[in-house]
Amino acid sequence: MGQQMVLTRSEVAKLAALARIELSDDELDDMATQLDIILASVASVGEVAAQDIPPTSHAVPLVNVMREDVVSWTPNAEGVLAGAPVVEDGRFRVPRILDDDEEA
Amino acid sequence: MSELIRTDASELGQLIASGQASSVEVTRAHFERIAQVDDDVHAFLALTEDAALAQAARVDERIAAGEKLGPLAGVPIAVKDLLCYTQAPTTASSRILEGWVPPYNSTVVNRLIDAGLVILGKTNLDEFAMGSSTETSAYGPTHNPWDLSRIPGGSGGGSAAALAAFMAPLAIGTDTGGSIRQPAAVTGTVGVKPTYGGVSRYGIIAMASSLDQCGPDARNVLDAALLHEVIAGYDPRDSTSINVPVPGVVEAARRADVKGLRIGVVKELGGEGYAPGVEKRVGEAIDALVAAGAELVEVSCPHFEQALAAYYLIMPAEVSSNLARYDGMRYGLRAGDDGTNSVENVMRLTRGKGFGTEAKRRIILGTYALSAGYYDAFYGSAQKMRTLIARDFAAAFEVCDVLVSPATPTTAFKIGEKVDDPLAMYKSDLCTIPANLAGIAAGSVPCGLADEDGLPVGFQVMAPALADDRIYLVAAALEHALEAKWGAPLWSRIPELSVSDKTSDKGDK
Repeated sequence: MGQQMVLTRSEVAKLAALARIELSDDELDDMATQLDIILASVASVGEVAAQDIPPTSHAVPLVNVMREDVVSWTPNAEGVLAGAPVVEDGRFRVPRILDDDEEA
Repeated sequence: MSELIRTDASELGQLIASGQASSVEVTRAHFERIAQVDDDVHAFLALTEDAALAQAARVDERIAAGEKLGPLAGVPIAVKDLLCYTQAPTTASSRILEGWVPPYNSTVVNRLIDAGLVILGKTNLDEFAMGSSTETSAYGPTHNPWDLSRIPGGSGGGSAAALAAFMAPLAIGTDTGGSIRQPAAVTGTVGVKPTYGGVSRYGIIAMASSLDQCGPDARNVLDAALLHEVIAGYDPRDSTSINVPVPGVVEAARRADVKGLRIGVVKELGGEGYAPGVEKRVGEAIDALVAAGAELVEVSCPHFEQALAAYYLIMPAEVSSNLARYDGMRYGLRAGDDGTNSVENVMRLTRGKGFGTEAKRRIILGTYALSAGYYDAFYGSAQKMRTLIARDFAAAFEVCDVLVSPATPTTAFKIGEKVDDPLAMYKSDLCTIPANLAGIAAGSVPCGLADEDGLPVGFQVMAPALADDRIYLVAAALEHALEAKWGAPLWSRIPELSVSDKTSDKGDK
């Protein structure tokens, strides 16, 4: 790789926003410092970036698995909703999906 | 009765089958022990005493009725709190799943129950299995029974500590980069990561799906093999489950014969960063195997030096994707739903509050590694490195039957010692990660105590995919040779824990 990796605080804030994780100011400071050290230490894998090597995503070959089209056990609605944070009329209740500025 | 807690699982199975002990009696003895010592060890997050005693009574009835059950019927077991089990909350040691009771059992839990094993409870782990010490658990660390000021390894430290504290004769672990083997090493117990796809992942909370594998923990090699046989095998509910017969692990553990077996010593897994006491005991273990008839081969796996770097890109990338499901909508914690916050804000607040530091760090690292512009340099390169590591293994297995190394570079470190230094923590998995990247089988078996601190050292055995039986062959041969030398199993040297007279059920925490 050669070049100096620098992951700035604002980049970490952007990544956290993409990953939908609220971070406090202290967490952002610590995270930026630590991620920068970690990235610097793993950057050495980049030495093979230009080489013609097939990538491995899985240790075993993956094939799609089909099953017979027969009724089998599935969790019932009651069981699934039992773990929900908020339930209304036999359904998951979720917060509003539009932000203020998106509302018509 | 107290000696039941120190009895091997295979022998407990025989005692129960022959009516010399009842499963209920054996189960009660273990709950009694848990009540006495787990305040100090903190191996369990939840106990399932009522369900366990009902399972035990059922086994006793079936045996009394003349039924012939499997070799572990009636034997208690502790299950890592990453496996879904309807009788207790499954938390993955995270606040985001606090109190969540799954509506179904994992395949492994179902197989345990079908084989008559008695589930004592759920054991502590690093949050979402991310760590090498159990210190990232949202519910507090587990302590190593050899020295309560030290870590029991991780992520499966609760399962390993439960064995070393005689609170369970068997346990279930999962291993993404060493989470079965490293805890086994630092607690002087046995742990095996089967070939990827050998044990069903259905109903096991995912960390990094291309690396995660569930496997057995025990205090001796034969017990681990018996448990391996119970949990392994094809499961149509896991699309990566391999549809081939389970390797003959129990037969191999009983045979324990390494005559003519070619044992490869990995040159790269040693030297700088390895504790002298670890290298010394591992060297002696190799000598013992040679004395038992094995042939020694030195092999080089040059890309293993890049395994840690490749792992810390591939694993976080998969973590960032797998943990996206914890959004506070359908199950688990929801934060900030005050009627004014939008769904996106609620997700942000929920994940900010529900995830611990290490989970956040890995999700953000993975998000970065998968970003456009960085993909080739990081994730793409890591996948190429993964190919090179698999090729190193393939070349090594051309000239030897198994590979050996230390299971982890040091003995158990102090609780708190590496909490603020993630990189130092990650290096605990230096020896174990290559096997996960290549999907091969690997296990750790105790090989003695380090001279400098008197703490257990783990000996790692790695075998080609689907040759899990070779792990047991070598581990059992070594166990026999070393126990003959020591005159007793290593676990007999675990210091006595102070015992509280508390007998009440501590229940869910």
